Amino acid sequence: MPPGGERIAETMSEQARNLFDKVWQAHTVRELPAGQIQLFIGTHLVHEVTSPQAFAMLRELALPVRFPQRTFATVDHIIPTDSQIRPFSDAMAEAMMSALERSCREHDIRFFDPASGQQGVVHVIGPELGLTHPGSTIACGDSHTATHGAFGAIAFGIGTSQVRDVLASQCLTMAPLKVRRIEVTGELQAGVYAKDVILAIIRRLGVNGGVGYAYEYAGPVVEAMDMEARMTLCNMSIEGGARCGYVNPDETTVEYLRGRAYAPEGEAFERAAALWRSLASDPGAHYDDVVRLDGPAIEPSVTWGIHPGHNLGVSERIPTPTEVRADERAGVEEALEYMDLVPGAPIAGTLVDVAFIGSCTNGRISDLREAARVAKTGRVADGVRTFVVPGSQEVARQAEAEGLDEVFRAAGFRWREPGCSMCLAMNPDKLIGREVCASSSNRNFKGRQGSPHGRTLLMSPAMVAAAALAGRVVDVREVL
Amino acid sequence: MASSTLAKIECVEGRACVIRGDDIDTDRIIPARFMKVVTFDDMGEHLFEDARKAAKGDHPLDDEKFAGADILIVGKNFGCGSSREHAPQALMRFGFRAFVGESFAEIFAGNCASLGLVCITLDETDVENLMGAVELDPSQRVKIDLAAQSVTSRFGVMRGRIPEGSRKQLMEGTWDATSVLLEAGEDIERTAQRLPYVSGY
Repeated sequence: MPPGGERIAETMSEQARNLFDKVWQAHTVRELPAGQIQLFIGTHLVHEVTSPQAFAMLRELALPVRFPQRTFATVDHIIPTDSQIRPFSDAMAEAMMSALERSCREHDIRFFDPASGQQGVVHVIGPELGLTHPGSTIACGDSHTATHGAFGAIAFGIGTSQVRDVLASQCLTMAPLKVRRIEVTGELQAGVYAKDVILAIIRRLGVNGGVGYAYEYAGPVVEAMDMEARMTLCNMSIEGGARCGYVNPDETTVEYLRGRAYAPEGEAFERAAALWRSLASDPGAHYDDVVRLDGPAIEPSVTWGIHPGHNLGVSERIPTPTEVRADERAGVEEALEYMDLVPGAPIAGTLVDVAFIGSCTNGRISDLREAARVAKTGRVADGVRTFVVPGSQEVARQAEAEGLDEVFRAAGFRWREPGCSMCLAMNPDKLIGREVCASSSNRNFKGRQGSPHGRTLLMSPAMVAAAALAGRVVDVREVL
Repeated sequence: MASSTLAKIECVEGRACVIRGDDIDTDRIIPARFMKVVTFDDMGEHLFEDARKAAKGDHPLDDEKFAGADILIVGKNFGCGSSREHAPQALMRFGFRAFVGESFAEIFAGNCASLGLVCITLDETDVENLMGAVELDPSQRVKIDLAAQSVTSRFGVMRGRIPEGSRKQLMEGTWDATSVLLEAGEDIERTAQRLPYVSGY
C-alpha cells in the first residue's frame, strides 16, 4: 500500500467493496440531521451558463469560495465557433463571459479562457489537463459531468443552488446511491463505438432506468476501450437516468494521466498510480444489480425519436405504435409525429440536412480521427450544412497537427473553433426550421438544437460523417 | 442566511394544473436559448415556451381553468436531461410550489429541494386518477401533506412518497443547504486533508 493509499485505507473496512463505496466513504464529511450525507467535492468545474447566479448568491451572502484552488473554470456553452474575438457579437454571450471573468478574478479561480490556449468544453479539458483523478469527487453545473467517471471519479451534474453550495462549502448534500454493474461482453464489431454501446445500454434499461443508481461500466468491451471511449460511455449516464457512471481505473487510466499538466510527477505519480489501482472495485464486491450486454450484437446506433432511449441499430426499422409496450405507446406516437418519420420504415436512408461532429460526448481527437477516416472517402452531399467542432483548443491543435482539419475541409466540412456549439445551440450554431441533424451529441430532445421544430438523430461521429457524405443515414460499416 | 429563517414547509395546498406526458425534459421546460442571462428573474416568462407556441394556445399553462395553480401534476421521469436549475426556477417563478408525478429525474428533484419546492410521487393509477379529477374540476383544492406523504383531492386521499432527506429538510426549514453544509466547520478541511489528490500524493 503506497503512503497515499494508507490515508484512504484508514476508513476502509475489510470487506470487498466497489469503487463507488470506497470513494463515497473517503469523501463523507458527516451525516446530516435530515439523514443525507455531506459529501466533500474535491474538484469543482465551473462554466459561464450555470454559475453567474451562484456567484451572485455568494456575494449576497458575503461568503468566500472555500477552496478556490480546487475550483476551475472555462467558457464553452455560449462561445461562438466562427470567431472568438472579443467582444463577442452576441451582447448577452459577452455579458456572461465578462461575468465569469469577474467572478474568477474576485475569487482567485483559475480560468481556462481562450487566451490561455486551454479553453474547451468543460468535460473535455478536465481530463485533458489531468484535473480528473481516479477516486476523486467532481461536481459541475452540467449534467454531463459523469464523463469524468471514465477515470473512476464519482462525478455529479448539479444545479445552480448546488454550485453555490460547492463554492461556499466545497460540499454537497447527497443521498446514498445504489450501484448497478453493467458488463459488456465480447468485442465490438469494426465501425461500432462507445457511443453505440451507451445508446444500446439506454435502449435496454430505459431513460429513467438509472434513477437512484450509479452505473459501473465493466466487462471486456469496456476494459478494451481507450480513455476517450470510456468518457463517451460515462458521458451519457444521465441520459439513462443514472446520477453518475464510472469505469474502474486500470493501466489505460494511469498511462493516460502520466505527464498531464495537473497530474503528479515523478515518484508522486507512481504513488498516485498505486493508489488509483487500489481504488478499483474489489473482486466479489456487492452490487445492487448486475446487467449484461452482448458486445458483438451491438450495431451502429441511431436515434429516431425525441429522447436517447428512442434508438435503433442502423439495420432496424422505425417502430410502429402498435408493436411497442402499452405504456410506451403515447410517447412513441408523440415522437413519430414530431420527427415526421414513417413507422415501420428502415432508419437507414433517412434524409439529413445538417451534420454536427463535436460536443462533450464526441468532440475529442479520437472522434475526429474516426470521422476523418470516413470523410476521406467522399464529399459532403449537396445541401448538407456541416459543423466539425473540436472539443477544446488542445484537440484543435492536435487535429490540425495531424492534418485532420484539411481532410475535413477537402471533403467539404466546415472546421470550427472549440465549444459546445450545436449540441444545445446557445451560440449562433443552430438548426433552422424542421431541419434533420445527424449529430454526435447527446440529446435528441424536441428543440434541443436551437430550432423549436428541429430534429436530431444521435449517432457516432463516424456515422455522422457517413451521413454527411451520403445526405442520408447509412451504415458506416459499409463505408470504412 | 441562518437556516432558521427559512420557511418550514409542512403542507402545500392550492389549485392544480395537469401536464400530461412522460419524459418531459428540462430543454422543453425552458429552452436553452433563454438561459443566456445572468439572473433567474425572467425565467417564468419562458416556461414551456416552444411547447406552448406549438400548441397555439391549447396548452394547459394557457388554459384559463388552470390559471394561478400552485401544484403541477405530471407523468413519469419529469425534468429529465439537462441539470439546468433554470427549469425549476421557471416553474417556481410561474407560480408552482409543488409537483405531483409518477417519477422525477434525480437532478431535477435535487434542484427542487434546494429551492423549497416539493416533489411527491404517486403510483401510476393514482396519478392518472388525480389528473382526471383535476381536469374535470380544476377549481378544487389539492393538498400535499409532507408529514403524511399524502395528496388529498376530491378523489380522496392518496399515499405518496417523498425522499426522506428532502422531506425532513423541507419540514424542518433546512432545505437551503449552504448554511447547513457550513456548520460542518473544520471537518470539511479535515476531510480534504485525508484525500491525497487534494493534500498531495
